[in-house]
Amino acid sequence: MKGVLQNIFQFYYQGFKSMTLGKRLWTIIIIKLFVIFVVLKLFFFPNFLKTNFKTDEQRSNHVIEQLTK
Amino acid sequence: MENIDFSLVDWSRAQFALTAMYHWLFVPLTLGLSFIIAFMETLYVRTGNPEWKRITKFWMTLFGINFAIGVATGIILEFEFGTNWSNYSWFVGDIFGAPLAIEGIMAFFLESTFIAVMFFGWNKVSKKFHLLSTWLVAIGSNLSALWILVANGWMQNPAGMKFNPDTARNEMVNFWEVLFSPVAINKFLHTISSGYVLASIFVIGVSAWYLLKNREHQLAKKSILVASVYGLITTAFVVLTGDGSARTMAKYQPMKFAAMENLYVGQQNAPLVAIGILKQDSKEDLHKKQDFRFELEIPNMLSYMAFLDPNAYVPGIQDIVHGNAEHNIPSFQERSEKGKIAINSLADYKNAKKAGNDSLAKVSLANFEANYSNFGYGFYAGRNVHELIPSIPTTFYSFRIMVWLGVHFGLLFLVVLILTLKDTIDKKRFILYTALWSIPLAYIASELGWVVAEVGRQPWVIQNILPTIAAVSQLKSSSVQITFWLFFIIFTGLLIAEVKIMTNSIKKGSVSDDHESTNH
Repeated sequence: MKGVLQNIFQFYYQGFKSMTLGKRLWTIIIIKLFVIFVVLKLFFFPNFLKTNFKTDEQRSNHVIEQLTK
Repeated sequence: MENIDFSLVDWSRAQFALTAMYHWLFVPLTLGLSFIIAFMETLYVRTGNPEWKRITKFWMTLFGINFAIGVATGIILEFEFGTNWSNYSWFVGDIFGAPLAIEGIMAFFLESTFIAVMFFGWNKVSKKFHLLSTWLVAIGSNLSALWILVANGWMQNPAGMKFNPDTARNEMVNFWEVLFSPVAINKFLHTISSGYVLASIFVIGVSAWYLLKNREHQLAKKSILVASVYGLITTAFVVLTGDGSARTMAKYQPMKFAAMENLYVGQQNAPLVAIGILKQDSKEDLHKKQDFRFELEIPNMLSYMAFLDPNAYVPGIQDIVHGNAEHNIPSFQERSEKGKIAINSLADYKNAKKAGNDSLAKVSLANFEANYSNFGYGFYAGRNVHELIPSIPTTFYSFRIMVWLGVHFGLLFLVVLILTLKDTIDKKRFILYTALWSIPLAYIASELGWVVAEVGRQPWVIQNILPTIAAVSQLKSSSVQITFWLFFIIFTGLLIAEVKIMTNSIKKGSVSDDHESTNH
Protein backbone atom coordinates (compact mmCIF):
# COMPACT_ATOMS: atom_id res chain seq x y z
CA MET A 1 0.00 0.00 0.00
CA LYS A 2 2.82 2.36 0.98
CA GLY A 3 4.58 1.55 -2.28
CA VAL A 4 1.45 2.35 -4.32
CA LEU A 5 0.98 5.70 -2.61
CA GLN A 6 4.66 6.49 -3.11
CA ASN A 7 4.35 5.67 -6.81
CA ILE A 8 1.29 7.89 -7.16
CA PHE A 9 3.11 10.71 -5.34
CA GLN A 10 6.17 10.29 -7.56
CA PHE A 11 3.96 10.23 -10.66
CA TYR A 12 2.42 13.60 -9.83
CA TYR A 13 5.66 15.04 -8.41
CA GLN A 14 7.68 14.19 -11.52
CA GLY A 15 4.83 15.30 -13.74
CA PHE A 16 4.55 18.73 -12.13
CA LYS A 17 8.34 19.09 -11.91
CA SER A 18 8.89 18.48 -15.61
CA MET A 19 6.20 20.93 -16.74
CA THR A 20 7.19 23.85 -18.93
CA LEU A 21 4.13 25.46 -20.48
CA GLY A 22 2.05 23.76 -17.79
CA LYS A 23 3.67 25.92 -15.10
CA ARG A 24 2.32 29.05 -16.72
CA LEU A 25 -1.10 27.42 -17.12
CA TRP A 26 -1.16 26.38 -13.47
CA THR A 27 -0.28 29.94 -12.46
CA ILE A 28 -3.27 31.16 -14.46
CA ILE A 29 -5.50 28.48 -12.92
CA ILE A 30 -4.45 29.34 -9.36
CA ILE A 31 -4.90 33.10 -9.88
CA LYS A 32 -8.27 32.45 -11.52
CA LEU A 33 -9.48 30.17 -8.73
CA PHE A 34 -8.37 32.74 -6.13
CA VAL A 35 -10.25 35.51 -7.93
CA ILE A 36 -13.36 33.34 -8.38
CA PHE A 37 -13.60 31.72 -4.96
CA VAL A 38 -12.04 34.34 -2.71
CA VAL A 39 -12.62 37.74 -4.31
CA LEU A 40 -15.83 37.21 -6.29
CA LYS A 41 -17.60 34.70 -4.07
CA LEU A 42 -16.84 36.42 -0.76
CA PHE A 43 -17.23 40.05 -1.74
CA PHE A 44 -19.56 40.13 -4.71
CA PHE A 45 -21.64 36.96 -4.72
CA PRO A 46 -23.08 36.15 -1.32
CA ASN A 47 -25.97 33.69 -1.52
CA PHE A 48 -28.94 36.05 -1.26
CA LEU A 49 -31.28 33.71 0.64
CA LYS A 50 -28.61 32.21 2.90
CA THR A 51 -27.31 35.65 3.84
CA ASN A 52 -30.67 37.26 4.52
CA PHE A 53 -32.57 34.38 6.14
CA LYS A 54 -31.65 31.90 8.84
CA THR A 55 -33.93 28.94 8.18
CA ASP A 56 -35.32 27.15 5.14
CA GLU A 57 -38.82 28.03 6.33
CA GLN A 58 -37.98 31.74 6.26
CA ARG A 59 -36.46 31.30 2.81
CA SER A 60 -39.50 29.52 1.41
CA ASN A 61 -41.81 32.11 2.96
CA HIS A 62 -39.77 34.88 1.37
CA VAL A 63 -39.89 33.24 -2.08
CA ILE A 64 -43.64 32.64 -1.84
CA GLU A 65 -44.11 36.23 -0.74
CA GLN A 66 -42.09 37.38 -3.74
CA LEU A 67 -44.09 35.20 -6.11
CA THR A 68 -47.51 36.10 -4.76
CA LYS A 69 -47.18 39.82 -3.97
CA MET B 1 -45.61 42.16 -9.55
CA GLU B 2 -46.69 45.79 -9.52
CA ASN B 3 -43.29 47.49 -9.36
CA ILE B 4 -40.80 45.72 -11.55
CA ASP B 5 -37.32 47.16 -11.82
CA PHE B 6 -36.68 46.41 -15.48
CA SER B 7 -33.21 47.84 -15.22
CA LEU B 8 -32.42 45.17 -12.59
CA VAL B 9 -33.96 42.39 -14.73
CA ASP B 10 -32.12 43.54 -17.86
CA TRP B 11 -28.75 43.91 -16.13
CA SER B 12 -29.14 40.52 -14.42
CA ARG B 13 -29.95 38.95 -17.78
CA ALA B 14 -27.05 40.76 -19.46
CA GLN B 15 -24.69 39.58 -16.73
CA PHE B 16 -25.79 35.97 -17.06
CA ALA B 17 -25.64 36.13 -20.86
CA LEU B 18 -22.13 37.61 -20.75
CA THR B 19 -20.75 34.96 -18.39
CA ALA B 20 -22.53 32.08 -20.16
CA MET B 21 -21.29 33.21 -23.58
CA TYR B 22 -17.71 33.67 -22.39
CA HIS B 23 -17.85 30.27 -20.66
CA TRP B 24 -19.11 28.75 -23.89
CA LEU B 25 -16.04 30.05 -25.76
CA PHE B 26 -13.99 27.40 -23.93
CA VAL B 27 -16.38 24.45 -23.63
CA PRO B 28 -17.05 23.27 -27.21
CA LEU B 29 -13.36 22.97 -28.08
CA THR B 30 -12.80 20.82 -24.97
CA LEU B 31 -15.76 18.59 -25.89
CA GLY B 32 -14.72 18.07 -29.49
CA LEU B 33 -10.93 18.17 -29.34
CA SER B 34 -10.87 15.54 -26.57
CA PHE B 35 -12.36 12.99 -28.99
CA ILE B 36 -10.14 14.05 -31.91
CA ILE B 37 -7.09 13.50 -29.67
CA ALA B 38 -8.48 10.12 -28.60
CA PHE B 39 -8.87 9.09 -32.28
CA MET B 40 -5.33 10.23 -33.07
CA GLU B 41 -3.87 8.36 -30.12
CA THR B 42 -5.85 5.27 -31.13
CA LEU B 43 -4.17 5.51 -34.55
CA TYR B 44 -0.81 5.75 -32.79
CA VAL B 45 -1.46 2.68 -30.62
CA ARG B 46 -2.83 0.65 -33.53
CA THR B 47 -0.16 1.56 -36.09
CA GLY B 48 2.81 2.16 -33.77
CA ASN B 49 3.71 5.11 -36.03
CA PRO B 50 5.50 7.70 -33.81
CA GLU B 51 4.25 10.46 -36.14
CA TRP B 52 0.75 9.93 -34.69
CA LYS B 53 2.17 10.25 -31.18
CA ARG B 54 3.78 13.58 -32.09
CA ILE B 55 0.51 14.77 -33.64
CA THR B 56 -1.51 13.60 -30.63
CA LYS B 57 0.83 15.40 -28.24
CA PHE B 58 0.66 18.62 -30.26
CA TRP B 59 -3.15 18.77 -30.15
CA MET B 60 -3.09 17.66 -26.53
CA THR B 61 -1.06 20.78 -25.74
CA LEU B 62 -3.69 23.01 -27.32
CA PHE B 63 -6.40 21.02 -25.54
CA GLY B 64 -4.55 21.57 -22.24
CA ILE B 65 -4.33 25.33 -22.81
CA ASN B 66 -8.04 25.59 -23.57
CA PHE B 67 -8.93 23.33 -20.64
CA ALA B 68 -6.74 25.27 -18.18
CA ILE B 69 -8.05 28.69 -19.19
CA GLY B 70 -11.69 27.56 -19.34
CA VAL B 71 -11.83 25.40 -16.23
CA ALA B 72 -14.08 26.75 -13.45
CA THR B 73 -15.48 29.59 -15.58
CA GLY B 74 -18.87 27.85 -15.33
CA ILE B 75 -18.79 28.04 -11.52
CA ILE B 76 -19.54 31.75 -11.83
CA LEU B 77 -22.92 30.89 -13.33
CA GLU B 78 -23.74 28.96 -10.16
CA PHE B 79 -22.75 31.97 -8.04
CA GLU B 80 -25.13 34.08 -10.09
CA PHE B 81 -27.97 31.63 -9.44
CA GLY B 82 -27.57 32.14 -5.70
CA THR B 83 -27.02 35.90 -5.79
CA ASN B 84 -28.89 37.33 -8.75
CA TRP B 85 -31.53 34.66 -9.36
CA SER B 86 -32.30 33.57 -5.80
CA ASN B 87 -36.07 33.11 -6.33
CA TYR B 88 -35.36 30.89 -9.31
CA SER B 89 -32.56 29.06 -7.52
CA TRP B 90 -34.85 28.24 -4.60
CA PHE B 91 -37.78 27.40 -6.86
CA VAL B 92 -35.83 24.78 -8.85
CA GLY B 93 -33.41 23.65 -6.13
CA ASP B 94 -34.23 19.96 -6.03
CA ILE B 95 -34.34 19.57 -9.78
CA PHE B 96 -30.96 21.18 -10.31
CA GLY B 97 -29.37 19.65 -7.22
CA ALA B 98 -29.09 16.07 -8.48
CA PRO B 99 -27.81 16.75 -12.03
CA LEU B 100 -25.31 19.37 -10.86
CA ALA B 101 -24.04 17.13 -8.05
CA ILE B 102 -23.53 14.27 -10.52
CA GLU B 103 -21.77 16.69 -12.86
CA GLY B 104 -19.42 17.83 -10.08
CA ILE B 105 -18.52 14.29 -9.04
CA MET B 106 -18.10 13.07 -12.59
CA ALA B 107 -16.05 16.06 -13.69
CA PHE B 108 -13.83 15.81 -10.65
CA PHE B 109 -13.13 12.07 -10.76
CA LEU B 110 -13.01 11.40 -14.46
CA GLU B 111 -11.40 14.56 -15.72
CA SER B 112 -9.03 15.43 -12.88
CA THR B 113 -7.82 11.85 -12.42
CA PHE B 114 -7.33 10.79 -16.00
CA ILE B 115 -6.24 14.15 -17.35
CA ALA B 116 -3.14 13.79 -15.14
CA VAL B 117 -2.41 10.39 -16.73
CA MET B 118 -3.04 11.92 -20.15
CA PHE B 119 -0.43 14.64 -19.66
CA PHE B 120 2.06 13.10 -17.20
CA GLY B 121 1.70 9.44 -18.16
CA TRP B 122 3.59 9.26 -21.49
CA ASN B 123 6.31 6.62 -21.04
CA LYS B 124 5.19 6.04 -17.42
CA VAL B 125 2.08 3.95 -17.96
CA SER B 126 1.42 1.38 -20.68
CA LYS B 127 0.33 2.59 -24.11
CA LYS B 128 -3.08 1.00 -23.66
CA PHE B 129 -3.68 2.49 -20.23
CA HIS B 130 -2.66 5.90 -21.54
CA LEU B 131 -5.07 5.52 -24.43
CA LEU B 132 -7.84 4.45 -22.04
CA SER B 133 -7.19 7.57 -19.95
CA THR B 134 -7.44 9.79 -23.02
CA TRP B 135 -10.76 8.21 -23.96
CA LEU B 136 -12.03 8.54 -20.38
CA VAL B 137 -11.16 12.25 -20.35
CA ALA B 138 -13.14 12.67 -23.58
CA ILE B 139 -16.10 10.66 -22.30
CA GLY B 140 -15.95 12.34 -18.87
CA SER B 141 -15.92 15.87 -20.35
CA ASN B 142 -18.89 15.07 -22.55
CA LEU B 143 -20.84 13.33 -19.79
CA SER B 144 -20.32 16.23 -17.43
CA ALA B 145 -21.87 18.42 -20.12
CA LEU B 146 -24.86 16.06 -20.13
CA TRP B 147 -26.02 17.05 -16.66
CA ILE B 148 -25.92 20.79 -17.08
CA LEU B 149 -27.69 20.44 -20.43
CA VAL B 150 -30.32 18.20 -18.83
CA ALA B 151 -30.89 21.00 -16.31
CA ASN B 152 -31.19 23.51 -19.15
CA GLY B 153 -33.52 21.15 -21.02
CA TRP B 154 -35.73 20.98 -17.94
CA MET B 155 -35.99 24.77 -17.93
CA GLN B 156 -37.17 24.67 -21.56
CA ASN B 157 -39.62 21.85 -20.84
CA PRO B 158 -40.23 21.23 -17.12
CA ALA B 159 -40.93 17.49 -16.70
CA GLY B 160 -40.72 14.87 -13.98
CA MET B 161 -41.31 17.30 -11.11
CA LYS B 162 -44.01 18.44 -8.70
CA PHE B 163 -44.20 21.81 -7.00
CA ASN B 164 -44.32 21.66 -3.21
CA PRO B 165 -46.34 24.71 -2.03
CA ASP B 166 -45.08 24.31 1.55
CA THR B 167 -41.43 24.70 0.63
CA ALA B 168 -41.92 26.72 -2.61
CA ARG B 169 -39.65 24.27 -4.40
CA ASN B 170 -40.06 21.92 -7.30
CA GLU B 171 -39.27 18.37 -6.30
CA MET B 172 -38.17 15.64 -8.64
CA VAL B 173 -40.72 12.84 -8.81
CA ASN B 174 -39.28 11.01 -11.81
CA PHE B 175 -35.54 11.23 -12.48
CA TRP B 176 -35.87 9.38 -15.80
CA GLU B 177 -38.49 11.84 -17.08
CA VAL B 178 -36.06 14.67 -16.33
CA LEU B 179 -33.12 12.84 -17.92
CA PHE B 180 -34.93 11.49 -20.97
CA SER B 181 -37.12 14.51 -21.68
CA PRO B 182 -37.02 14.85 -25.49
CA VAL B 183 -35.92 18.47 -25.13
CA ALA B 184 -33.03 17.51 -22.83
CA ILE B 185 -31.86 14.66 -25.06
CA ASN B 186 -31.95 16.76 -28.25
CA LYS B 187 -30.30 19.68 -26.48
CA PHE B 188 -27.48 17.49 -25.20
CA LEU B 189 -26.84 15.74 -28.51
CA HIS B 190 -27.13 18.91 -30.60
CA THR B 191 -24.88 20.89 -28.27
CA ILE B 192 -22.07 18.35 -27.97
CA SER B 193 -22.13 17.53 -31.68
CA SER B 194 -21.87 21.25 -32.49
CA GLY B 195 -18.78 21.23 -30.26
CA TYR B 196 -17.36 18.38 -32.35
CA VAL B 197 -17.88 20.43 -35.52
CA LEU B 198 -16.21 23.47 -33.93
CA ALA B 199 -13.23 21.37 -32.85
CA SER B 200 -12.92 19.89 -36.36
CA ILE B 201 -12.90 23.38 -37.86
CA PHE B 202 -10.29 24.42 -35.29
CA VAL B 203 -8.00 21.51 -36.18
CA ILE B 204 -8.44 22.07 -39.92
CA GLY B 205 -7.97 25.85 -39.56
CA VAL B 206 -4.74 25.54 -37.56
CA SER B 207 -3.46 22.87 -39.95
CA ALA B 208 -4.31 25.13 -42.89
CA TRP B 209 -2.20 27.88 -41.30
CA TYR B 210 0.77 25.50 -41.20
CA LEU B 211 0.32 24.62 -44.86
CA LEU B 212 0.07 28.31 -45.76
CA LYS B 213 3.34 28.87 -43.88
CA ASN B 214 4.86 25.81 -45.53
CA ARG B 215 5.48 24.11 -42.18
CA GLU B 216 4.47 20.87 -40.41
CA HIS B 217 3.22 19.19 -43.60
CA GLN B 218 2.82 15.72 -42.13
CA LEU B 219 1.07 16.96 -39.00
CA ALA B 220 -1.21 19.27 -40.96
CA LYS B 221 -2.29 16.75 -43.60
CA LYS B 222 -2.86 13.89 -41.17
CA SER B 223 -4.77 16.20 -38.82
CA ILE B 224 -6.93 17.51 -41.65
CA LEU B 225 -7.72 13.95 -42.66
CA VAL B 226 -8.89 12.95 -39.18
CA ALA B 227 -10.74 16.23 -38.53
CA SER B 228 -12.51 16.36 -41.90
CA VAL B 229 -13.87 12.80 -41.55
CA TYR B 230 -14.87 13.50 -37.95
CA GLY B 231 -16.34 16.85 -38.99
CA LEU B 232 -18.38 15.33 -41.83
CA ILE B 233 -19.86 12.63 -39.59
CA THR B 234 -20.64 15.03 -36.76
CA THR B 235 -22.12 17.60 -39.15
CA ALA B 236 -24.66 14.97 -40.19
CA PHE B 237 -25.33 14.39 -36.52
CA VAL B 238 -25.80 18.14 -35.93
CA VAL B 239 -28.36 18.24 -38.76
CA LEU B 240 -30.28 15.27 -37.32
CA THR B 241 -30.29 16.58 -33.75
CA GLY B 242 -31.06 20.10 -34.95
CA ASP B 243 -34.08 18.69 -36.75
CA GLY B 244 -35.11 16.96 -33.51
CA SER B 245 -34.63 20.21 -31.59
CA ALA B 246 -36.86 22.09 -34.03
CA ARG B 247 -39.65 19.53 -33.57
CA THR B 248 -39.49 19.64 -29.77
CA MET B 249 -39.43 23.43 -29.96
CA ALA B 250 -42.55 23.49 -32.15
CA LYS B 251 -44.27 21.22 -29.64
CA TYR B 252 -43.16 22.66 -26.29
CA GLN B 253 -42.14 26.23 -27.16
CA PRO B 254 -44.35 27.29 -30.07
CA MET B 255 -43.74 31.00 -29.45
CA LYS B 256 -39.99 30.51 -29.78
CA PHE B 257 -40.56 28.56 -32.98
CA ALA B 258 -42.89 31.22 -34.46
CA ALA B 259 -40.49 34.03 -33.49
CA MET B 260 -37.54 32.16 -34.97
CA GLU B 261 -39.47 31.84 -38.23
CA ASN B 262 -41.00 35.33 -38.07
CA LEU B 263 -44.36 33.63 -38.52
CA TYR B 264 -47.09 36.03 -37.47
CA VAL B 265 -50.04 34.25 -39.07
CA GLY B 266 -50.32 30.49 -38.60
CA GLN B 267 -50.83 28.40 -41.71
CA GLN B 268 -51.00 24.96 -43.22
CA ASN B 269 -48.29 24.03 -45.73
CA ALA B 270 -46.11 26.64 -44.07
CA PRO B 271 -42.96 27.48 -46.07
CA LEU B 272 -39.52 27.80 -44.54
CA VAL B 273 -37.75 31.08 -45.19
CA ALA B 274 -34.28 29.88 -46.13
CA ILE B 275 -32.94 33.39 -46.58
CA GLY B 276 -34.77 36.55 -45.60
CA ILE B 277 -34.31 40.17 -44.63
CA LEU B 278 -36.93 41.57 -42.27
CA LYS B 279 -38.49 44.94 -42.95
CA GLN B 280 -38.76 45.85 -39.28
CA ASP B 281 -39.76 44.37 -35.97
CA SER B 282 -43.52 44.93 -36.15
CA LYS B 283 -44.18 43.26 -32.78
CA GLU B 284 -46.35 46.24 -31.86
CA ASP B 285 -48.79 45.44 -34.67
CA LEU B 286 -49.71 41.81 -34.34
CA HIS B 287 -52.49 42.05 -36.90
CA LYS B 288 -50.14 42.94 -39.66
CA LYS B 289 -48.20 40.08 -41.16
CA GLN B 290 -44.51 40.70 -40.89
CA ASP B 291 -43.11 41.66 -44.27
CA PHE B 292 -39.75 40.80 -45.67
CA ARG B 293 -37.57 43.06 -47.77
CA PHE B 294 -36.37 39.90 -49.41
CA GLU B 295 -37.24 36.24 -48.87
CA LEU B 296 -36.39 32.89 -50.39
CA GLU B 297 -38.91 30.25 -49.35
CA ILE B 298 -38.91 26.46 -49.43
CA PRO B 299 -42.59 25.43 -49.85
CA ASN B 300 -44.16 23.27 -47.07
CA MET B 301 -40.80 22.87 -45.38
CA LEU B 302 -41.69 24.57 -42.08
CA SER B 303 -44.77 22.35 -41.63
CA TYR B 304 -42.63 19.31 -42.36
CA MET B 305 -39.82 20.46 -40.08
CA ALA B 306 -42.20 21.05 -37.18
CA PHE B 307 -44.57 18.08 -37.48
CA LEU B 308 -43.13 15.77 -40.18
CA ASP B 309 -46.19 16.56 -42.28
CA PRO B 310 -46.07 19.06 -45.17
CA ASN B 311 -49.78 19.84 -44.65
CA ALA B 312 -49.55 20.44 -40.89
CA TYR B 313 -50.73 23.70 -39.35
CA VAL B 314 -47.94 25.74 -37.81
CA PRO B 315 -49.28 28.28 -35.29
CA GLY B 316 -48.12 31.86 -35.71
CA ILE B 317 -47.55 34.57 -33.12
CA GLN B 318 -51.14 35.84 -33.56
CA ASP B 319 -52.54 32.35 -32.81
CA ILE B 320 -50.46 32.03 -29.67
CA VAL B 321 -51.29 35.53 -28.44
CA HIS B 322 -54.99 35.65 -29.30
CA GLY B 323 -55.71 31.89 -29.22
CA ASN B 324 -57.05 29.67 -31.95
CA ALA B 325 -60.08 27.54 -31.00
CA GLU B 326 -59.91 25.48 -34.19
CA HIS B 327 -56.41 24.31 -33.35
CA ASN B 328 -57.00 24.16 -29.62
CA ILE B 329 -54.54 26.95 -28.77
CA PRO B 330 -55.46 29.00 -25.67
CA SER B 331 -54.92 32.76 -25.73
CA PHE B 332 -52.48 34.63 -23.50
CA GLN B 333 -55.47 36.31 -21.85
CA GLU B 334 -56.90 32.91 -20.91
CA ARG B 335 -53.56 31.62 -19.69
CA SER B 336 -52.79 34.74 -17.67
CA GLU B 337 -56.19 34.50 -15.95
CA LYS B 338 -55.48 30.88 -15.02
CA GLY B 339 -51.99 31.84 -13.92
CA LYS B 340 -53.40 34.58 -11.72
CA ILE B 341 -55.74 32.02 -10.12
CA ALA B 342 -52.70 29.80 -9.43
CA ILE B 343 -50.77 32.69 -7.83
CA ASN B 344 -53.73 33.80 -5.69
CA SER B 345 -54.49 30.20 -4.69
CA LEU B 346 -50.89 29.74 -3.55
CA ALA B 347 -51.19 32.85 -1.36
CA ASP B 348 -54.58 31.64 -0.04
CA TYR B 349 -53.13 28.21 0.70
CA LYS B 350 -50.25 29.67 2.71
CA ASN B 351 -52.58 31.99 4.65
CA ALA B 352 -55.08 29.17 5.33
CA LYS B 353 -52.28 26.92 6.59
CA LYS B 354 -51.05 29.69 8.86
CA ALA B 355 -54.57 30.24 10.21
CA GLY B 356 -55.12 26.48 10.65
CA ASN B 357 -58.02 26.49 8.18
CA ASP B 358 -57.53 23.02 6.62
CA SER B 359 -60.63 23.00 4.43
CA LEU B 360 -59.72 26.35 2.79
CA ALA B 361 -56.14 25.14 2.42
CA LYS B 362 -57.39 22.02 0.62
CA VAL B 363 -59.59 23.98 -1.79
CA SER B 364 -56.84 26.52 -2.46
CA LEU B 365 -54.32 23.76 -3.11
CA ALA B 366 -56.67 22.04 -5.58
CA ASN B 367 -57.17 25.37 -7.40
CA PHE B 368 -53.46 25.97 -7.43
CA GLU B 369 -52.61 22.54 -8.81
CA ALA B 370 -55.32 22.77 -11.50
CA ASN B 371 -53.79 26.01 -12.79
CA TYR B 372 -50.09 25.49 -12.05
CA SER B 373 -49.17 24.79 -15.69
CA ASN B 374 -50.03 28.46 -16.39
CA PHE B 375 -48.46 29.83 -13.20
CA GLY B 376 -45.94 32.05 -14.99
CA TYR B 377 -48.60 33.73 -17.16
CA GLY B 378 -50.21 35.09 -13.98
CA PHE B 379 -47.35 37.58 -13.62
CA TYR B 380 -48.45 39.15 -16.89
CA ALA B 381 -52.13 39.64 -16.00
CA GLY B 382 -53.01 43.19 -16.99
CA ARG B 383 -49.63 43.80 -18.57
CA ASN B 384 -48.68 44.45 -22.18
CA VAL B 385 -48.89 41.18 -24.13
CA HIS B 386 -45.75 42.12 -26.09
CA GLU B 387 -43.68 41.36 -23.01
CA LEU B 388 -44.39 37.69 -23.75
CA ILE B 389 -42.94 37.78 -27.25
CA PRO B 390 -39.18 37.28 -27.65
CA SER B 391 -37.05 39.45 -29.90
CA ILE B 392 -37.97 38.31 -33.40
CA PRO B 393 -35.04 39.78 -35.40
CA THR B 394 -32.51 38.35 -32.89
CA THR B 395 -33.89 34.80 -33.06
CA PHE B 396 -34.68 34.95 -36.79
CA TYR B 397 -31.22 36.11 -37.89
CA SER B 398 -29.30 34.08 -35.29
CA PHE B 399 -30.94 30.88 -36.47
CA ARG B 400 -30.26 31.54 -40.15
CA ILE B 401 -26.67 32.62 -39.68
CA MET B 402 -26.06 29.50 -37.55
CA VAL B 403 -27.63 27.19 -40.14
CA TRP B 404 -25.83 28.69 -43.15
CA LEU B 405 -22.52 28.62 -41.32
CA GLY B 406 -23.26 24.95 -40.60
CA VAL B 407 -23.77 24.37 -44.33
CA HIS B 408 -20.47 26.15 -45.00
CA PHE B 409 -18.67 23.90 -42.49
CA GLY B 410 -20.16 20.74 -44.02
CA LEU B 411 -19.01 21.75 -47.51
CA LEU B 412 -15.59 22.75 -46.21
CA PHE B 413 -15.12 19.32 -44.56
CA LEU B 414 -16.01 17.62 -47.83
CA VAL B 415 -13.73 19.80 -49.95
CA VAL B 416 -10.70 19.53 -47.65
CA LEU B 417 -11.19 15.77 -47.33
CA ILE B 418 -11.20 15.31 -51.12
CA LEU B 419 -8.19 17.62 -51.57
CA THR B 420 -6.28 15.84 -48.80
CA LEU B 421 -7.00 12.43 -50.31
CA LYS B 422 -5.78 13.79 -53.67
CA ASP B 423 -2.78 15.28 -51.87
CA THR B 424 -3.30 18.67 -53.49
CA ILE B 425 -4.56 20.63 -50.51
CA ASP B 426 -1.31 22.53 -49.93
CA LYS B 427 -1.66 24.09 -53.38
CA LYS B 428 -5.21 25.40 -52.77
CA ARG B 429 -4.43 28.59 -50.91
CA PHE B 430 -7.97 29.96 -51.18
CA ILE B 431 -9.34 26.85 -49.46
CA LEU B 432 -6.61 27.05 -46.83
CA TYR B 433 -7.43 30.69 -46.09
CA THR B 434 -11.14 29.81 -45.97
CA ALA B 435 -10.38 27.03 -43.47
CA LEU B 436 -8.31 29.38 -41.33
CA TRP B 437 -10.98 32.09 -41.26
CA SER B 438 -13.63 29.51 -40.50
CA ILE B 439 -12.27 29.20 -36.93
CA PRO B 440 -13.92 32.43 -35.70
CA LEU B 441 -17.01 31.57 -37.77
CA ALA B 442 -17.36 28.26 -35.89
CA TYR B 443 -17.36 30.15 -32.58
CA ILE B 444 -19.93 32.61 -33.93
CA ALA B 445 -22.21 29.74 -35.06
CA SER B 446 -21.85 28.01 -31.70
CA GLU B 447 -22.72 31.14 -29.73
CA LEU B 448 -25.64 31.94 -32.02
CA GLY B 449 -27.11 28.51 -31.28
CA TRP B 450 -27.33 29.54 -27.64
CA VAL B 451 -28.77 32.92 -28.61
CA VAL B 452 -31.61 31.16 -30.46
CA ALA B 453 -32.22 28.82 -27.51
CA GLU B 454 -32.08 31.41 -24.75
CA VAL B 455 -33.29 34.68 -26.28
CA GLY B 456 -36.01 32.71 -28.07
CA ARG B 457 -37.49 31.40 -24.84
CA GLN B 458 -37.85 34.82 -23.23
CA PRO B 459 -39.48 35.86 -20.99
CA TRP B 460 -39.30 32.42 -19.42
CA VAL B 461 -36.65 31.16 -17.07
CA ILE B 462 -38.77 28.02 -16.71
CA GLN B 463 -41.12 27.62 -19.64
CA ASN B 464 -44.66 28.79 -18.73
CA ILE B 465 -43.91 28.55 -14.99
CA LEU B 466 -41.43 31.24 -14.00
CA PRO B 467 -40.57 34.42 -15.94
CA THR B 468 -37.37 36.44 -15.46
CA ILE B 469 -39.29 39.24 -13.71
CA ALA B 470 -40.26 36.82 -10.90
CA ALA B 471 -36.99 34.90 -10.80
CA VAL B 472 -34.62 37.78 -10.13
CA SER B 473 -33.30 38.75 -6.67
CA GLN B 474 -34.22 42.14 -5.33
CA LEU B 475 -30.76 43.68 -5.51
CA LYS B 476 -29.64 47.13 -6.48
CA SER B 477 -29.34 47.40 -10.24
CA SER B 478 -26.08 49.32 -9.78
CA SER B 479 -24.44 46.39 -7.93
CA VAL B 480 -25.34 44.05 -10.81
CA GLN B 481 -23.82 46.57 -13.24
CA ILE B 482 -20.58 46.58 -11.25
CA THR B 483 -20.26 42.79 -11.37
CA PHE B 484 -21.19 42.81 -15.07
CA TRP B 485 -18.18 45.01 -15.86
CA LEU B 486 -16.01 43.07 -13.44
CA PHE B 487 -16.79 39.86 -15.30
CA PHE B 488 -16.26 41.57 -18.60
CA ILE B 489 -12.73 42.53 -17.56
CA ILE B 490 -11.88 39.12 -16.05
CA PHE B 491 -13.22 37.06 -18.94
CA THR B 492 -11.67 39.33 -21.55
CA GLY B 493 -8.35 38.91 -19.75
CA LEU B 494 -8.77 35.13 -19.81
CA LEU B 495 -9.68 35.19 -23.48
CA ILE B 496 -6.62 37.29 -24.34
CA ALA B 497 -4.46 34.86 -22.31
CA GLU B 498 -6.00 31.90 -24.15
CA VAL B 499 -5.48 33.37 -27.61
CA LYS B 500 -1.94 34.53 -26.79
CA ILE B 501 -0.74 31.23 -25.26
CA MET B 502 -2.53 29.22 -27.92
CA THR B 503 -1.07 31.21 -30.85
CA ASN B 504 2.41 31.03 -29.30
CA SER B 505 2.13 27.25 -29.02
CA ILE B 506 0.87 26.97 -32.58
CA LYS B 507 3.71 29.16 -33.85
CA LYS B 508 6.16 26.98 -31.96
CA GLY B 509 4.69 23.92 -33.65
CA SER B 510 5.09 20.30 -32.69
CA VAL B 511 8.35 18.85 -31.43
CA SER B 512 9.73 15.39 -31.75
CA ASP B 513 9.41 12.99 -28.85
CA ASP B 514 13.03 13.63 -27.88
CA HIS B 515 12.43 17.31 -27.22
CA GLU B 516 9.18 17.54 -25.36
CA SER B 517 8.87 21.26 -24.77
CA THR B 518 5.10 20.87 -24.76
CA ASN B 519 5.10 18.71 -21.66
CA HIS B 520 2.44 19.81 -19.20
